[in-house]
Amino acid sequence: MTKYTPQRTLDCRGDVCPMPLLKTKKAMAELASGEILEIVGTDPGSKNDLPAWANRTGNLYLGDEEEGSVFHFFLQKK
Amino acid sequence: MSHHDEPQTASGGGPALSPELQALIAEQVRLQVAGELKRLGLDPARPKRVALIASKGTLDMAYPPLILATTAAAMDMEAAIFFTFYGLEIVKKSKSAHLKVPPLANPAMPVPMPNIIGVLPGMTRMASWMMQDWMKKGGVPTIPDLLDMAKENGVRLIACQMSLDVLGIKKEDLLDGLEFAGAGAFLDFAADADITLFV
Repeated sequence: MTKYTPQRTLDCRGDVCPMPLLKTKKAMAELASGEILEIVGTDPGSKNDLPAWANRTGNLYLGDEEEGSVFHFFLQKK
Repeated sequence: MSHHDEPQTASGGGPALSPELQALIAEQVRLQVAGELKRLGLDPARPKRVALIASKGTLDMAYPPLILATTAAAMDMEAAIFFTFYGLEIVKKSKSAHLKVPPLANPAMPVPMPNIIGVLPGMTRMASWMMQDWMKKGGVPTIPDLLDMAKENGVRLIACQMSLDVLGIKKEDLLDGLEFAGAGAFLDFAADADITLFV
């Protein structure tokens, strides 16, 4: 089981670039500082794109977990 | 930027300035330096800026500027796309959802099509349909969807006024929410851009 406890989960399964980032930005805007967003996705590109997004926007990329072809990404709002 | 230090007493052995005057001078210096840095485009608080030119009117070439601009907006960057010449097709009401990709002289098509076949009537339509189908199956948004997302996220969409005039396109032929400007306005935006791409 995951070591993070997200306040919100975002379903990006089936989405490809640029959708995961656009949805992430929207979802993160609705979180409070310190809260954690889980992004469930199937786009392998997100493994590089989401850390880059976090770095650029000042949020914290906590890590990812793989479940077969499904990825779980965890971001913490600054 | 970190807080500036306490104002130092005037050196040189002259009479010391009052703390109020020192604070006033320090504040004025801070404002002037910040203003000058900003003028030079060195304001550290300024968001990164992406300036894109879309000059092609085919389906394959409509994607890169729109994907980059929407992603830039998602990454808290400022983005603008300058649509010029055939790039205006991307923002035409009648064409935006029906852009085509030509199979002729395009050896990169995933299903290779000899030029002798590519010249036949209906082949461009077929290749375009195929590409739209791949995009749909791949979960890639359509061009109209990307344009909507660009607008929602504050991407500036600028139509080249000169191209409009030369190609006989009317403003009402184009989508809502566009700006109309020339090279000067684009360069003014691009002069302070961190990334500039011509597509």
